[in-house]
Amino acid sequence: MTMTATPSKPWAASAKDRAIDGAIFVGSLLSSYLLVFLTALKGKLAYFVCFFIAYAIFTTVFKGIQRGNAAAKDALVNSLVAIGAIVTVIPAASILLTVLQKGLPGISFSLFTNDMSLATPTDPLSNGGLLHAITGTLTLMVLALIMSVPIGILTALYLTEIKGRFTGPIRFLVQAMSGVPSIVAGLFILSAILYPITKGYSGFMGALALTILMIPTIARTSEEVLNLIPNDLREAGTALGGTQWRTVAMIVLPAARSGLVTAVILGVARIAGETAPILLLTGGGDKVNPNAFTGPMGSLPYYIWKSFNAGSPEAITRAWAGLLVLVGLVLILFTTARFLGSRKVSK
Amino acid sequence: MTTSHESENQEMQTSVKPSSLADVANAKAPKVPGTAALGTGLETRGVHAWFGKHHALSNISLDFAAGTVTALIGPSGCGKSTFIRTINRMHEFIPGAAMAGEVLLDGKDVYAPGTDVTKIRLQIGMVFQKPNPFPSMTIGENVLSGLKLAQLKVENKDDLLEECLERAGLWNEVKDRLGAHGGSLSGGQQQRLCIARSLAVRPQVLLMDEPCSALDPGSTLRIEDTIRHLSDTMTIIIVTHNMQQAARVSDYTAFFLSDGGPGQMIEVAPTSEIFSRPQDSRTESYVTGRFG
Repeated sequence: MTMTATPSKPWAASAKDRAIDGAIFVGSLLSSYLLVFLTALKGKLAYFVCFFIAYAIFTTVFKGIQRGNAAAKDALVNSLVAIGAIVTVIPAASILLTVLQKGLPGISFSLFTNDMSLATPTDPLSNGGLLHAITGTLTLMVLALIMSVPIGILTALYLTEIKGRFTGPIRFLVQAMSGVPSIVAGLFILSAILYPITKGYSGFMGALALTILMIPTIARTSEEVLNLIPNDLREAGTALGGTQWRTVAMIVLPAARSGLVTAVILGVARIAGETAPILLLTGGGDKVNPNAFTGPMGSLPYYIWKSFNAGSPEAITRAWAGLLVLVGLVLILFTTARFLGSRKVSK
Repeated sequence: MTTSHESENQEMQTSVKPSSLADVANAKAPKVPGTAALGTGLETRGVHAWFGKHHALSNISLDFAAGTVTALIGPSGCGKSTFIRTINRMHEFIPGAAMAGEVLLDGKDVYAPGTDVTKIRLQIGMVFQKPNPFPSMTIGENVLSGLKLAQLKVENKDDLLEECLERAGLWNEVKDRLGAHGGSLSGGQQQRLCIARSLAVRPQVLLMDEPCSALDPGSTLRIEDTIRHLSDTMTIIIVTHNMQQAARVSDYTAFFLSDGGPGQMIEVAPTSEIFSRPQDSRTESYVTGRFG
């Protein structure tokens, strides 16, 4: 007689286990309602907090009774980790949802084809748009990228490949720089370049301040990525008769490519919403300004800030629409970068 | 009849290990030194090596005749790898490293002032312990990477690609997927890819640092086959912990040992002699498996 084997998962939770888990979940829900009802605690936050605490206690106690001390600790840590993950996701999801809800009503085609040169924030939504802000933000980003990516990656290469005498001080400075508040970077460019030299607002001044903010992020992340590249590869390149520069350019950098793209993404993320230095340096024009080197230049953060300050319902809607466009822009940039970074070498 | 058989058996049993390895060593085709098409060989004169204050290697003088295979054997930490890394000047990449002595390639010291290090490394190729194909490159690009790294020009890249893969014994397995990534190959194939890669720049000398230690027996035999073929056109120095491998592939064997101090070369001789009539008692202990 032959047995026919059927695939099964003996390690999966049984119906009884799942029933118990469900009971704990429902029990925690009920007790959080009870707590909020009986005590002075109020609001959504109170529900969340009570639920999490009740859930952690219930699972811990129950697993403890069922399987002993070690299982109780395991259950406690598991529920804390899960709570941590949920607590992280809730604000992000909530922000996205709010931005979508409040921003969508303000989105229209004319928003992307007009600037605010002939409209004020309190005008009806059919007047004006944020073309100037989108082009301004893109210009600032591109200029800042052009300056900060080479500097950041070259700094990382100095720290990981050349390992020269100044490695220690440079690493320390880069780390210190990553904590510089953006307003300080803005004031630095204002006092060092704008007042004494150019004497006028321009997009380029803003891009300089953003570059200062991006370099440490890009340099530090790139350094970590480059440190992960196995030394074997460097040795193999050198043993094949490559100079250090050719080994780095042909082997180390391509091997680190997707990590370096991440470094650049993080750099862009650092500056995408920066408002303070832009307020100081670009002047925030209301008109599309194709010249980054003279005249005020708009940007999305500035547009949002200005619209919120105007205060009328139309202006507030504009601001939310601006926020949505900014989030969307960043999302598009990230997706593109990810796609470029992970694309396989094809022949 | 019966008695003679018995006596033969007894004889084999009394010296089973050394004579079996010596048999292995004798079984391969004999090699006449100096028949290689390239160069007159390599010699080291009183090579020492240090890592910081640690004296790792003391006074190694060895001749490697062109077209021969020399195996370096000895327990871990006796300086074999350090020694071959002094030959192609990879030793100097380790912070705090220092050396003394001469490494003569065709009579010229590779450490002489004004020597172009990258040229030296083109003439003295290296295969590492762990297969390390370049991850961002395809199989074909990996083989030809040395040309790009050293900015060499070649008339017909396709011919060179096929020739190198053929000599490394990999052509038949990869000819239909030269555009695939090097990392998609098995460990043994990756190591043969690394050998093919080092052949593409046409080295005179090939250093191999335990090239089979991470591989299965089948791949190991294929690589040993490759080594025997390659020795027709180049001088090969192979570090190995596998005595059988040393017996199978090498013409000469050098035994290294560190007695707590710096690593020293105890003995060098034709491989069959090292395994049948070692001069030094420490060599005998090692090759018969009594220590190490």
